[in-house]
Amino acid sequence: MNWQIRWVVKPLVFTACLLPALELAAAAFGIGGLSLGADPVALMLHRCGKWTLNFLLITLCMRPLQEITHWSVWLKLRRMLGLFAFFYVLLHFCVYLLLDQAGKLGALWEDIVKRPYITIGMLGLLLLVPLALTSTVKSQRRLGRRWTRLHRLIYLVAVLGAWHYWWGVKKDIRMPLLYAGGVALLLGYRLWRERRSLARLSVAQLARTDAA
Amino acid sequence: MRRTDSVKIPPSEITPEGKYLSRRALIAGGLGLAALQTGVEVFAGASAPPGTEGLGALTYTHNAQFSSSEAPNSYQDIATYNNYYEFGTDKSDPSEHAQHLRTRPWTVTVSGEAEVTGSFAIEDILSPHPLEERIYRLRCVEAWSMVVPWIGFPLGDLIKRFKPTSKAKYVEFKTLYDPHQMPGQRSSVLEWPYVEGLRIDEVMHPLTIMAVGLYGKVLPNQDGAPLRLIVPWKYGFKGIKAIVSIKFTERMPSTTWAGTAPTEYGFYANVNPAVDHPRWSQASERHIGGSLFNSRRPTLPFNGYAEQVASLYSGMDLRRYF
Repeated sequence: MNWQIRWVVKPLVFTACLLPALELAAAAFGIGGLSLGADPVALMLHRCGKWTLNFLLITLCMRPLQEITHWSVWLKLRRMLGLFAFFYVLLHFCVYLLLDQAGKLGALWEDIVKRPYITIGMLGLLLLVPLALTSTVKSQRRLGRRWTRLHRLIYLVAVLGAWHYWWGVKKDIRMPLLYAGGVALLLGYRLWRERRSLARLSVAQLARTDAA
Repeated sequence: MRRTDSVKIPPSEITPEGKYLSRRALIAGGLGLAALQTGVEVFAGASAPPGTEGLGALTYTHNAQFSSSEAPNSYQDIATYNNYYEFGTDKSDPSEHAQHLRTRPWTVTVSGEAEVTGSFAIEDILSPHPLEERIYRLRCVEAWSMVVPWIGFPLGDLIKRFKPTSKAKYVEFKTLYDPHQMPGQRSSVLEWPYVEGLRIDEVMHPLTIMAVGLYGKVLPNQDGAPLRLIVPWKYGFKGIKAIVSIKFTERMPSTTWAGTAPTEYGFYANVNPAVDHPRWSQASERHIGGSLFNSRRPTLPFNGYAEQVASLYSGMDLRRYF
């Protein structure tokens, strides 16, 4: 089972996760009749941003999937999926800074200070950095319980991501709403589970006190 | 008034040379001969680029005095990158869903503070007006820009025919409301029909035109056929499309975007790099069709038409009346 995950499942998922980036690259070079359209910078920016959100949500789906299917493969994919969210947010940021703003750091700073939706987006990006850096098994072992607490930041990042999207659109908030709904659902699931396990725990404790 | 020396913009810069030459042949062949004698070139749709084959050709003169010297965007860009929520909110939606809009027969209702009111067939609206080509800059409130070779006529000439009374301080325009033909109107993303308006002096300004064509051909539906307002010094959303109603009013009309998000969009909506949108900067714009690496350029006050129009707003606080 383990070798299948390592040599079959993971490489397949990895390739699938790269496809959106490869599609953009192909479109940029006009391969296969693909094109970036009239506003290539906006298209790349939005595509990378959307895939960041997609990967954040997919990563957050892994725990519920494991609990529903009692299948542990899901959890083994979590790190890779999370790192892909980081990969796409870095692309999103690079397109914004290098193409849209022509690499002008002054413009970047002004945007961060003056535009709330960019402030929020930047905060989300920065919070993903420590998660990506401590994604190794080594860090996981070294940090122990602190690692779990640190990696709960992904919930906050997902909220910031959906919020950033919401504030960035002109009027049609249907898509941002959909993402916000997804985030709410996945966070809600965790709250519900926590409360349930707390309740179970207190029932168990009561039972134990009774026995004593 | 800014005069652009026509010598600075040879038509060959706008039109592929082959097409330009064939256009010459057309003119020499008798079309617009009288106009040639008076020094005005008359074109007959010969400059049409690929993609416009199905659209009817128009006869028009090129107005160099009011045209930008910048190279226009490709027809492809202008006809596939549109904000036209009546057909969907994605830029590609209008070009995909607007083909079924019937632009003939088409009626325009004129009402309000004017001597001549009633319903007019589009043919009666258009027939007295000679068409001209005006290459205008277009700046969207979303901070992107294009250069578009519109075909149209001065709106003021049309407005004079209705003899507005002294009470007519504003003009309100409405887009067609027909959710069968305009599927975007089935969603409540905006209040329908779309409404825009101008002050009467803005309406009468020589830069303000009614567009009926693009690149020498009839306007494609996704760009606002059959009748579309163009006010080049204002953000693009002022350029209301598929107009069915013109109303003269004493009070400032309540317009769609200004009513939907009053803190973000104003009635005037003059292009102004000094007044940011609350959520993004208006100081610069991404030029469509520019290089991938350096497409951003500074936004100009009144979109580069300050010399011609700034005086309309003298004494007004443009931060307040954005």
